[in-house]
Amino acid sequence: MTHTSGAALGRAPLRLLVPGVLGVLFLVLPMVALLLRVPWPDLGRRLLEPEVLDALRLSLVTSVAAVAVVTAVGIPLSWLLARVDFPGRTALRALVIVPLVLPPVVGGVALLSAFGRRGLVGGPLYDTFGVSLPFTTLAVVIAHAYVSLPFFVLSVEGAMRATSTELDAVAATLGASRWTTFLRVTLPLAGPGVLAGLVLSWARALGEFGATITFAGNYPGTTRTMPNAIYVALQADQDAAVVLSVILMAVSVAALALMREHWFDQAIRGGAPR
Amino acid sequence: MRLGVLPVLVPTTVLAALALTGCTEGGAGSSGSTDGGGLSGTLTVLAAASLTETFESLADEFESRHDGVTVELAFDSSATLAEQVNQGAPADVLATADERTMALVADAGNTADEPQTFATNRLVLVTPADNPAGIQDFADIDGDDVDFVVCVESAPCGALAAAVLDEQGIDRDPASEEVDVKAVLAKVELDEADAGIVYATDARAARDRVRAVEIPGSEGATTSYPIAVVGDAAEPELAEAWVDLVLSDDGQQALRDAGFGAP
Repeated sequence: MTHTSGAALGRAPLRLLVPGVLGVLFLVLPMVALLLRVPWPDLGRRLLEPEVLDALRLSLVTSVAAVAVVTAVGIPLSWLLARVDFPGRTALRALVIVPLVLPPVVGGVALLSAFGRRGLVGGPLYDTFGVSLPFTTLAVVIAHAYVSLPFFVLSVEGAMRATSTELDAVAATLGASRWTTFLRVTLPLAGPGVLAGLVLSWARALGEFGATITFAGNYPGTTRTMPNAIYVALQADQDAAVVLSVILMAVSVAALALMREHWFDQAIRGGAPR
Repeated sequence: MRLGVLPVLVPTTVLAALALTGCTEGGAGSSGSTDGGGLSGTLTVLAAASLTETFESLADEFESRHDGVTVELAFDSSATLAEQVNQGAPADVLATADERTMALVADAGNTADEPQTFATNRLVLVTPADNPAGIQDFADIDGDDVDFVVCVESAPCGALAAAVLDEQGIDRDPASEEVDVKAVLAKVELDEADAGIVYATDARAARDRVRAVEIPGSEGATTSYPIAVVGDAAEPELAEAWVDLVLSDDGQQALRDAGFGAP
């Protein structure tokens, strides 16, 4: 299919070509503009400023922690949605995806309502144990996990549904328990989906801003992640904001490259890239 | 052939429309500003978050005095607003919560006239109405279990709060640096923070939702509010009229009622 030559189909019509090229410009131009504003001679010095390193370290720690949580919960959840037939499964699947389309700041308000000091769960937690989540690094991880879990589930559940249940059935007839089948058959087959889910949810967590600043707050070292730092810097020092933005852009592009690399590997080995 | 252009045109115009709405949102009206002495059009005022209640009531007053005039208000951190004006955001008047942020705009040559001071404000400490941490005076925020929040230092309220904390010898770090004074107030009103440092006017506007605690010697820690017409205001006459209203006896009385000090 990919080798059908363009010549046989005729030239690409202008009415498709022109809007398509406009779309490319629209997406690429802002990134180019950002790169043009980078104060290159200052870059090295600014990268090593303690505030930048603090924010970068916090962002990496919290996003990785969030991905760990997301994986631990997301794989079983994806399996339930993909393999267990229960009433209301379609509705549940839709419900799980909602945070994906929810404006992040709304997610933050919702998290406050649930886990804030006067929240549904946070209230009793605070009154009984004196535990208060807002303004802690843990709150950042919660916000990150909340927004990135749907990305992971979408990816893994899709991968699990794409692999045939017949293989599960074969494993079962050979005497494998459902747990063994999950561990040795279903999960390995969903491998590419899991990896894509990891990268996607990690990138989403890394970029999280609205829910974090609303629910967790904004303080250097504990809750000021890279996006928060960019927002703060924008008010005081635009060059710093640009430098921070470029770092985050570089990290995101690297993650994307990693994922593409993986997809290419799949293609070479003959596996379908989902 | 004639039909062929259409599919190209549709996405392009949608794109153009998107770009346009992005630029003109809250922008100045296109209608002229004078017709035989009467003013008309849309006035866009960017103001510090702490001016929210006062400017909203002054906007009603302004609209009732000038038939056919619409006032668009945008409230944010003064630092954010200053940056927006310098980036060419459509605005006619800028009012900030300190001279430093106004200077960012004036020094860049983006004000039409010399900024004029129209009010002053001072900081107070607020706690949630039920005061969970039992804060009685300002020094109590130094307690181990107290989560207090302030504005981020780039915002006037944050710079002032940092100076006050320093002056009072409080080393304890705040739990969070919020983007503007209303965000600080919200964290206290929601009872997520035990205390917050806000302007006296915000404490008053929040009425019984918060308890205010005076900061000793805070008379020294006051901030001045400057106002100026923006350099490329689309409605310079409306802008002048707004500044006049704010500086008039009526405007000053409204500010005084909200708890602002005289300039």
